[in-house]
Parts: sequence; structure tokens; C-alpha cells
Amino acid sequence: METRFTMEVPTDRKYAETHEWFLTEGTVVTVGISQFAADELTDITFVELPEVGTEVSQGGSLGEVESVKATSELYSGVTGEVIEVNEALTDHPELVNDSAFEDGWMVKIKVTSAQELESLMSAEEYKSFVAN
Amino acid sequence: MATDTLLHTPLYDTHVQQGGKIVDFAGWEMPVQFAGILEEHHHTRNACSVFDVSHMGRLILTGTDCESLLDRLCTRNLQDAEVGRSYYGHICREDGGVLDDVIISRFEKHWGIVCNASNREKIVHWINQHTEGCNVKLRDETTTTCMVACQGPKTLELVSEFTSEDLTKLKRYRFRARQMGPFRITVYRCGYTGEDGVEVVLPTSLVGMMVPKLFGTPKKPHPIIKPAGLGARDTLRIEAAMPLYGHELSEDWDSLTAGQSWCVDLTKDFIGADAMRKRSEQGLPRKIVGLELEGRRIARQHAEVFAGGSPVGEVTSGTLSPTLGKSIAMAFVAGAHATEGTELEVAVGSKRLPASVVPLPFYKRAK
Repeated sequence: METRFTMEVPTDRKYAETHEWFLTEGTVVTVGISQFAADELTDITFVELPEVGTEVSQGGSLGEVESVKATSELYSGVTGEVIEVNEALTDHPELVNDSAFEDGWMVKIKVTSAQELESLMSAEEYKSFVAN
Repeated sequence: MATDTLLHTPLYDTHVQQGGKIVDFAGWEMPVQFAGILEEHHHTRNACSVFDVSHMGRLILTGTDCESLLDRLCTRNLQDAEVGRSYYGHICREDGGVLDDVIISRFEKHWGIVCNASNREKIVHWINQHTEGCNVKLRDETTTTCMVACQGPKTLELVSEFTSEDLTKLKRYRFRARQMGPFRITVYRCGYTGEDGVEVVLPTSLVGMMVPKLFGTPKKPHPIIKPAGLGARDTLRIEAAMPLYGHELSEDWDSLTAGQSWCVDLTKDFIGADAMRKRSEQGLPRKIVGLELEGRRIARQHAEVFAGGSPVGEVTSGTLSPTLGKSIAMAFVAGAHATEGTELEVAVGSKRLPASVVPLPFYKRAK
């Protein structure tokens, strides 16, 4: 399938092949999904997120993102403890479609080692990953 | 017809130019959405949306034996079919398994069949298998014509403007065919959204003329008529509890078991009638029901349905109803659990969500 979209990918964060983004600020990593993923899913109707205090590991499940069209798993790129979830998404899951990189963030994780993120893609790499 | 490349409808370039998100659907590149599924859904319920349904099969049958052949192939009684009317029915195998659901229309000198894109080759083959010794000729007009579904409360008024015919006089499941020189334009008052509306079939060569009338121009789009994609078509038809082949209908079960006995005439003979009469005597193993789930999660096809911890059925289609703001699903459940108000559970992800049986359809337009 040919992809048609405007690709604006913030360069301040890392990306996974499963389309999550990870923004590091000190020892806290914020997780969301890319605008490309949100557009692909179409209108998001439900986001299931972990409880604060949950221990997550790299590659483990963080929750589920559901749209009119499909349900997809949200994976963690890092190991750590969930310290905050975006409560606004409970009533307004469409925030993910409207602002995937900002207001549509999903989880904040306190990490033990930010080094795990180094294996993930840069914005440029993610762009070409999606284009191919 | 086996093709490696995906087919394009005559409106493909228009979809791309309108920002349609294109997906592979039954061998065709079709728009799944334009402005967004929810927005298009609401627009259809409130105003007028145009869906490209040119991928659906359009077959023309001519010859003196059309009536008897179609009556034998279809679950609906077509012996008294009137010119100018369209009939929804199923084409089944001997064992009752549904090969496709179709709309059959009787024209003055021929018959028309609209079938699902995914079943077109199968249906063409099936008809050809049964025409031996019959005076019937089949012509596939799918790729030489265009079909658009215009749906929503403002449709008749808007479309009447450029067909210069008062379409409000056209009754439901009736059509009007107009010959313009060598071209035939047919307007059917059918639909698959639960709204009022029409389907327009015209030759591919007239599409260029139709597009600006329907949609306006890129610089000045039509203020009310908007394009909609397959995504909204699905959420709309689920709210209206209309069956979709591959979900509620399948070769694996007959029309009665699918809960569509209203379009089956067991008093006549048709292929599959014996099996269905037997089925009817034995009693149906399950019923189709509407479910309303607690919360916003969507129950997808094949999600298991439970009553008091035991499996009693399976979801066929589900969505978060944009109109009702509720999670709704159609499901096949054992008859004992099909009464309105029955409390059931549906497996969604790792959870079992409470659901109650509600009447179908979920949505009915105000008359």
C-alpha cells in the first residue's frame, strides 16, 4: 500500500518499530504513539493504560489502543515503574488522533536505565522505516 | 478474473485528490476514510455523504429465462417481481450455505444483480453453471460502470436537483432508469446505512461530468455533500443492524441460521430450500441478537459470548456506536439467551465485559 500522509516527526525522541515514541526527561520517559500510527488506526475510541505503580519491562505490554477499525497493543521500550498515566484519555481518547506527540501522550515511566532507548530509532530512522 | 494488481474504480483519482486514505479491499484500492470515520458517520446521519461502491459487482442478465433462473437461484420469490423494483435476497448452495447476498432488480428488458465485490467471481461462476439449457446471457458491467451511494436525510432533495427528477416520489426499493442517448443512468432508492438515500449507476464515461456536480471542485467543494469511506459505511450498517457477508453471512451457515428468514420464501423451490426447510423443522440452533456492552471497549468479530460462565455464542460485528455513544455488537447466541434484557458477558482482550441483549436495529431514523 502506498502511504499518503504528512510526516512530521519530532526529533527530540526515540521511536519503536511498533510506532511508540519515547521522550526522555532526566529519569522519566514519556510514552505515546506516533501520529502516523494514530492516523493508521483511524478514530481512537479507547485507550487502556496500566495503573500507576505498575512495573513494566522493555518489550512488555503497557496497554491497548482501540479504534473504530482495530485494537493494537502498546509496548514499552523501557524497563521501569509507571508514575503517571494520561487520565484525560479516558474521556477523550480522540486526543491521540488530534495531538499524538503532545496532548495524546499515554504513560510516564521512571526508568532505571535510559540506555535501553539507544537501541530504538531516531526520528530520521523512523521516517524511513514508515516510508518503506 | 484473477488479477495481481489492485483494481481502481473510476473515482479513484477523485478519492486521492480528496485526501482519501486508501486501503486494499477485496482486490480493489478503496478509500477507508476521508475526514475521519466518526465525522463521516455523523455527516451521513445529519446531511449527505457519497460512498463509492463501484467495487461491488454489477451483473446484467438478458434472455427469456431470466425470471425462472433467478427465482431458482434466489431465496426471494421473484415470480411476481415487478418492473422497477429491487429485491434483496440470498444466493445459496444446496446445503443452504450462503454464497452471497444480492439485490436483484427487474428492468423492462433485462435483470440486474448487485453482489459483493469479494463474491463477484464466485457468483458469475455460479450463475454460468446454472444457465445450461436456459435462454440467459450474463454480462458483467462492474468495470464499465460507476456506482455511488448517496446517503443521509438531505440526499433526496440534493440529488433531485441534478437528476431533474423528483426522487421523493420514488419509493424504497424501487428504481428509475433513464436512457440518455447510448447511456443508461439508474437511480435506486436503496441503502446500507439506515438513512434514506439513493444509489446511482452510470457509465464510466459520464463520471467526469458527475464528479463536479456531486462534490464541487477542489477549490469550491460542495457545501453539504461530502465523500465518505468504507470505515463509516461499516459503523453505519452495524447501527442499522444490516448483515455483512463474511460477518453475519457465510457459506458455513444458511440464511435462516443467519437470522435473515425475512428474505427467504420456503413455500417456493430454490437451491438450498430443502436444506432450509429441514433446518426450520428442526429448529434454529441460535439467534442473532443485539448486544450493548458496558464501557467503551469494542467487541470484535469472533469474540466469545458467555452466560453464567458458559460459552453461548459469538460476536459477528461490533463497534463503538458513534450515534449512541455506546459499545454495540451483533452476535449469534443460543435461543435460550436471546431474550431482550438477558445479561451476558463478552470476552474482550483479557476481560469479560457485561453486556445485555437489546433489540435490533440499534438505530432507526426518524420518519
